[in-house]
Amino acid sequence: MTNQVVINKRRRLSKDELAVNIVGVVLIGIFALICVIPFYLIIIASFTSETSLIRNGYPLLPSIENFSLDSYKLSLKNPIAILKAYGTTIGVTVVGTFLSVLLATMTGYVLSRKDFPWRNKFAFFYFFTTLFNGGLVPWYLLCVRYLNFKNSFAGLILPLMFSVWNMIIAKSFMSGLPMEITESAKIDGANDLVIFAKLIIPLSKPLLATLSLFSALAYWNDWYNCMLYVTDENKFTLQYYLQRLLGSAEAMRIVAEKSGIALPSIPIESMKMSMTVIATGPIVLLYPFVQRYFVKGLTIGAVKG
Amino acid sequence: MEKSKTKTPFMKVIKRHWLLLLMLLPSLLYVIIFSYVPMTGIILAFKKYQYAGGIYFSPWNGLNNFKALLISGKLGMVTRNTLLYNIAFITLGVLFEMGSAILLNELFSKYFKKITQSLMFLPYFISWVVAGAIMYNIFNYEKGVFNHVLTSLGGNAFDLYNTPSAWIIVIIFLKIWKQTGYGSVVYLAAITGLDQEMFEAASIDGASAWQKIRYLTIPSLMPTMMILVLLGIGNIFRGDFGLFYQTVRSSALLQPTTDVIDTYVFRLLIDNGDIGVSAAASLYQSVLCFITIMISNGLVKKANPDYALY
Repeated sequence: MTNQVVINKRRRLSKDELAVNIVGVVLIGIFALICVIPFYLIIIASFTSETSLIRNGYPLLPSIENFSLDSYKLSLKNPIAILKAYGTTIGVTVVGTFLSVLLATMTGYVLSRKDFPWRNKFAFFYFFTTLFNGGLVPWYLLCVRYLNFKNSFAGLILPLMFSVWNMIIAKSFMSGLPMEITESAKIDGANDLVIFAKLIIPLSKPLLATLSLFSALAYWNDWYNCMLYVTDENKFTLQYYLQRLLGSAEAMRIVAEKSGIALPSIPIESMKMSMTVIATGPIVLLYPFVQRYFVKGLTIGAVKG
Repeated sequence: MEKSKTKTPFMKVIKRHWLLLLMLLPSLLYVIIFSYVPMTGIILAFKKYQYAGGIYFSPWNGLNNFKALLISGKLGMVTRNTLLYNIAFITLGVLFEMGSAILLNELFSKYFKKITQSLMFLPYFISWVVAGAIMYNIFNYEKGVFNHVLTSLGGNAFDLYNTPSAWIIVIIFLKIWKQTGYGSVVYLAAITGLDQEMFEAASIDGASAWQKIRYLTIPSLMPTMMILVLLGIGNIFRGDFGLFYQTVRSSALLQPTTDVIDTYVFRLLIDNGDIGVSAAASLYQSVLCFITIMISNGLVKKANPDYALY
């Protein structure tokens, strides 16, 4: 059998395989281009002079004569607002990702233990929250009136801290690990927490990479909780800062206030684009590090079992 | 180890597994506080909310909140929009995600496969705020790239923000654009898990590449597809708030084609501060979602228990 596999791999492409490949290269190629072009447009616009943007609009092609670093220079010259937003976003992302991966894996592990007789009952208790919920209004009132989330970091971290889907991904991954690991460690006298931390977690690298990426993305890209709970400009997250900047009048006010530059000379159109680059960059750079784990970590299992 | 089929006594489980239960405690508290307690808040839909009384001690209001909701005349429109958009997202989502996963899997150039897959994943990484910035860059009436190209080709400038019907295409496109990279990885993971000998055997028997896709790959992806479709159906009355909020930017003119239940509830709550009516609207949404998922999962379970969600 192995010989045949090798022979098959070496043989030249047959006509229909070639056809599938041509169709694939063309369709996938076009789609991939469509995915990347908007990023290209944003980046070249962020490096274009404000006068050119106002005269000609956002460019399709980069041009050397209109090249300008003004918008980045202004952002770096008066970085306090941006630095604060970066600080908030990074802090919330790091703390939030750690806590949410811990919660998802710890819960997922317990529910994957086949010797735990209540695992299915608990699994449904968690899963039910995805079938039915109280909606935005009671949630909002709970957070604002009873938990006092207004202008607190808890309001940025807690709402995204536990995801039933991440827990289910963790549970299906850990169900795939050999049960003997837990059993033999138990015989050696290790308790459940030690087994989880010292044996299961080191074996779950693809899972940890996948869940960390999901959680980090959710925290980094969060503008919603910031919009609901934060009114203090010093606690804005990057995305919410960008959201405010994109509304022109609001943007003018923020930049003028923070930099003390006269309104007409603020390169507002190019700043919108450079802020987009600044707010997106770091999280995209994360992808290459987790990519190799991704397919392995992402196995969606059913709730039951 | 308890191997017998008899039910383990309550106290015995607690004694034996107290540490496991302790490990569950943080997430249990979390779902109780953030999911189960708010569920009790649905009574707000039947109350006249007063700040002093809060959720539980405000006076009852009968069905007046629901009456106000019906009188507003928007409920039908936002429900229709939410439903139709989600149907489009689910069907086109399956088509694009499964299609690109199958094609990616067939590609012989590993280099091309890796690069395109990474590029397709890029939109998944950005927030809807950044997607809003992209929309501004491309479709802004005066400065957008789209009109820039259109006028230089001799056409007339197009005002997207004054053309409600065009948003149907834009919204669907944005969703597919952002979601396909991620969805295709889910299907690819399923393809990678398939028995490779099955494909080798088919090749030896003379099956063409198309036949293998048609009779082997697609049928083996059905369980994954059913899970994703069922999840989509469970949320069929829930709009992707960020998508609509950040790209449409609350333009009243575009509401006929872009207002969904979630944006409607949000406006009632945050802009109008109308807590009773917005609670009624969100209860209406939750009940619709619950009924749909119960019925669809039940039907799937009846047809094939392996494909059911729970």
